[in-house]
Amino acid sequence: MKINKDYSKVAKDSIVNKRLLSILIYTLLGIWALIVLFPFYWMLITSFKTYASYNSEFIPSLIVKNPTISNFVTAFTGVPLGRYFLNTFIFTVITTALMMVVIVPAAFAFSRLNFRGKNLLFTLFLSLMMIPTELVVITNFVTITNLGLRNTFTGLILPSVTSVFYIYLLKENFASIPDELYYAAKVDGTRDFKYMTRVMLPICKPTVVTIIILKVIECWNSFVWPRLITDDEAYYLVSNGIQQIRESGFGRENIPAMMAAVVAVSLPLIILFLLFKDKIMEGVSRGGTKG
Amino acid sequence: MEKNSRKAWLYLLPAILFLGVFMVYPLIDVFIYSFEEGYNFASGEYQGVGFFNYEYVLKDPYFLRALKNTFILVLITVPLSTALALVISLGLASIKALRKLFQTVYFLPYVTNTLAVGMVFMIMFDKTAYTDGLMNTILGVFGMTPVDFIDGPYAAKMLVLSLYTIWVVLPFKILILTTALASVKKDYYDAARVDGTTRGRMFTRITLPMIAPMIFYLVITGFIGAFKAYSDAVALFGTDLNSQEMNTVVGYVYDMLYGEGGGYPSYAAAAAIILFLIVLTITCVNLLVSRQKIRY
Repeated sequence: MKINKDYSKVAKDSIVNKRLLSILIYTLLGIWALIVLFPFYWMLITSFKTYASYNSEFIPSLIVKNPTISNFVTAFTGVPLGRYFLNTFIFTVITTALMMVVIVPAAFAFSRLNFRGKNLLFTLFLSLMMIPTELVVITNFVTITNLGLRNTFTGLILPSVTSVFYIYLLKENFASIPDELYYAAKVDGTRDFKYMTRVMLPICKPTVVTIIILKVIECWNSFVWPRLITDDEAYYLVSNGIQQIRESGFGRENIPAMMAAVVAVSLPLIILFLLFKDKIMEGVSRGGTKG
Repeated sequence: MEKNSRKAWLYLLPAILFLGVFMVYPLIDVFIYSFEEGYNFASGEYQGVGFFNYEYVLKDPYFLRALKNTFILVLITVPLSTALALVISLGLASIKALRKLFQTVYFLPYVTNTLAVGMVFMIMFDKTAYTDGLMNTILGVFGMTPVDFIDGPYAAKMLVLSLYTIWVVLPFKILILTTALASVKKDYYDAARVDGTTRGRMFTRITLPMIAPMIFYLVITGFIGAFKAYSDAVALFGTDLNSQEMNTVVGYVYDMLYGEGGGYPSYAAAAAIILFLIVLTITCVNLLVSRQKIRY
């Protein structure tokens, strides 16, 4: 009887302990979630505060009393933010499209075709993954400047196209398609190019989509190269635009309008992320960086 | 076979062209630049060959300051962010309800524009003539005197830069560790539970050894990433990092290349190669240590 009693006490203790532990875990996770979300909350509410009310708050207020959308109007009229968006859009679309044109045939050749020096070349490609951009950016800067391509889309796009990692990712995926399919297509008289575009690409659609999304994120956020290669506002991308707004502002230090610009710049990627979150997270865990 | 071979090279041509022009050639060229003394950007001429560029960079107080900043940043953020990511991932792995939601929230900083959100951090920490700012108000509740985190003492600026860096890099680390934790076979835990193993022992004897390779991977990529810090500093302190005493090595490279103090690709090249050598050394040391400590 006594043993039984002790056992129930131990069981009870362990339930209490478990509950305490899980409260602790949820509190910790909740705190981190707050730390992650707070800057977004702060940019959002600041962007809806009027200029006058923001500057009169000696103690910053966590709520908006008289929300206004005038900051968004200022953000798009005070600086050419719309232009920056359009530039970034053009840059992202062309860079991503060109990248696909480059990497798909390369991945196809590595996975499907046999040629002398294939393994050596592939190893060379892989070793290029280890080269930090900082090392090659210097010569690229000189090359593009000497070609007179500063402040052009060509100069912005060309060095941003290549991605060895995506060739590798796609090649792995292509290689997993059974050989029988290829030989069957060959018997039917399908040419290699058609097989690549009509059979392989559709089968590997999930990987292709992941690659495209990751490249779009990279393009949308690129800052260093555009900063080096453009000093004409007409060719600024959003990152450089944001930096420009920070340095020269809207004529005066208009923080609510700045935050409106920040919200506008952040929103497209947040929407993209919420739509494709599983794909993005899976893609990044398979080999994204930025650590 | 011959025809097939030609076709393969044709398929590879675009990739080889792009990689050749924008990666392989620049890689060779950057070493050449770094040894050309007195290189003139406008005429493309140089006076001699030697180590002068390296000597100049290593004596330049701006470079030494940038190197110091970068090292401090690395030493603070890499251990802290890795440890924090481990704690959070362990927390995530032990819950069921709300797990997916937390994971999604934690990943958000990865997809945000570093410059844009950096500005939000700048405003939260800034102290102006009108207001002490949000962070100072919060710290004031705990009885601290307001500090200017953006334009004030060095330690305060370093603190904000470290915090922002950790905020930015954590999504990647949490994701990697969560994936690693999920791949540990449940059987091990079940067996340990039958044997009456305590939670702490299960962690040190099962979880940690199983995810150790991933932790080392994160430490290595963390070192590489932190040594390349630049955008975060620009987001917080503006592009004139030298005058703010907050420049990083990568920032120094770009300043040498372009902008007000720019036009010196040789110095930029020497600085970039020094950085590369530091990163390479640390990566090799890390790999050696990890090979001794863990058996895969």
